[in-house]
Amino acid sequence: MSAKDVVVKDRRNPLKTARGLGSSQSGVGHWWTQRVTAAALVLLGVWFVLTVLGLLHADYAAARAAVAKPWNALLLIAFVLTMFWHAVLGLQVVIEDYVHTRWKEVVLLVAIKFLAVLGALAGVLAVLRIALTP
Amino acid sequence: MAEFSLPKNSKIQPGKHHPAKDAKKPRTFRIYRWSPDDGQNPRIDTYEVDLAACGPMVLDALLKIKNEIDPTLTLRRSCREGICGSCAMNIDGTNTLACTKAIGECSSGDVKIYPLPHMPVVKDLVPDLTHFYAQFASIKPWIRTQSPAPDRERLQSPEERKKLDGLYECILCACCTTSCPSYWWNGDKYLGPAILLQAYRWIVDSRDEATGERLDDLEDPFKLYRCHTIMNCTRTCPKGLNPAKAIAEIKKLMVERRSA
Repeated sequence: MSAKDVVVKDRRNPLKTARGLGSSQSGVGHWWTQRVTAAALVLLGVWFVLTVLGLLHADYAAARAAVAKPWNALLLIAFVLTMFWHAVLGLQVVIEDYVHTRWKEVVLLVAIKFLAVLGALAGVLAVLRIALTP
Repeated sequence: MAEFSLPKNSKIQPGKHHPAKDAKKPRTFRIYRWSPDDGQNPRIDTYEVDLAACGPMVLDALLKIKNEIDPTLTLRRSCREGICGSCAMNIDGTNTLACTKAIGECSSGDVKIYPLPHMPVVKDLVPDLTHFYAQFASIKPWIRTQSPAPDRERLQSPEERKKLDGLYECILCACCTTSCPSYWWNGDKYLGPAILLQAYRWIVDSRDEATGERLDDLEDPFKLYRCHTIMNCTRTCPKGLNPAKAIAEIKKLMVERRSA
C-alpha cells in the first residue's frame, strides 16, 4: 500500500493539533516546589549524614535516645516529609515523560501520591513513637 | 510507554554501493534512503565521492552525488550559506546544516548522513516538519500590541534591541528541537527548544505588549516544563545559539510573576 492509498483520518488543520487543549495554567508551582525541596534536602541531608555518622558504634539505647532529642526528632520528621515530597514530584515527571497510555499514567500518578503519603506518615509515626515514649 | 526500538517497517536494511572510479581522494558517504512509493524498508546506500573534484562542505558532496551518481537522492537545500535552514540533517551523529558542515570536520571513517531524528520522513533526507511549523504558529510569532499603532516605527533603544541578540538569528532549521529527547518522547505537546526560543524572542521584545498572555500560553507541564535541561539543543545549534538559556529565562519569568 503506498502513501497515496492511505485514508486520511485526521483532517484537522495542523495548528488545531499543535494548540491541542491549550495551556493548563500550571506547572510553575511544581517546578518551584521541586527546587525548594531540593535546596532543603541539601541542608537536611548534610545534617542527617552527620547525625548518622555521630551514631557509629552507638548501641540501640544510645541511638534511640539521640532520635528522641527534640531537635533531632523535629529535623528527622522534616527530612522524611521533604524527601517524600521531593520524590513524588520527581517521579511524577518521569511518569509524564515516559508513560503515554493515559489510564496507566493517571493510575501511576495517583498511586505514587498514595504511596508517598503512606511512607511519609509511617516515617513520622516511627519518629514520634520514639520521641514521645517516656 | 516510550518506544525504544524501531517499528518493523522502519528497520534499516543494507543498501546499494556506488563505488568511485579512479578517485584521487575518495571518501565514503553512508546515506539513509527511504521512498514512500516502493513499499520497501529504509536502507543505507554507500557512495564513494572523489573529494579532489568536490566542494568542501557536506552539501557539496550530496549535490555531487545527486548530479553525478544517483539523481534519486532526495534532500532539501536552498541558500547553501546557513541562513535558510533547509538542509538540516543528522551528519556524523549530530544535527547540523549540510551547507555549513565541512567534510573535513567529520570524524574519520565513513560520513554517515540521516534525516533529522524522530520526525516522520517524507523521503530520504526530507523530514515532515508540519507539526513543528504549526507549533511555531501556535505561539503567535508576531508583535502584539494593545496601544494604537504609532504614525512611525515603534522605537527601541540600543539596550532593548540588544536583548534580541542570540535570539533573532534563529533560522528555525529544527536541529535543536529534533535533538531533544524530551521532544522525541513528548513532541506532540512539548513545544521544543526552537519554538520556546522564538517564544522568548517575543517575550523580551520591548515593543511587544502581550508578555503576560505569552507566559499564560506557555505555563503548562508539557508545553514548557518538559525541558529537563538536557542541553542537546545548545550543543547542536548550527548557529551557535543557546535555546536552553532562553527556556531557563522563561522559567525564571514564570517564577517572577508569582509568590514564592
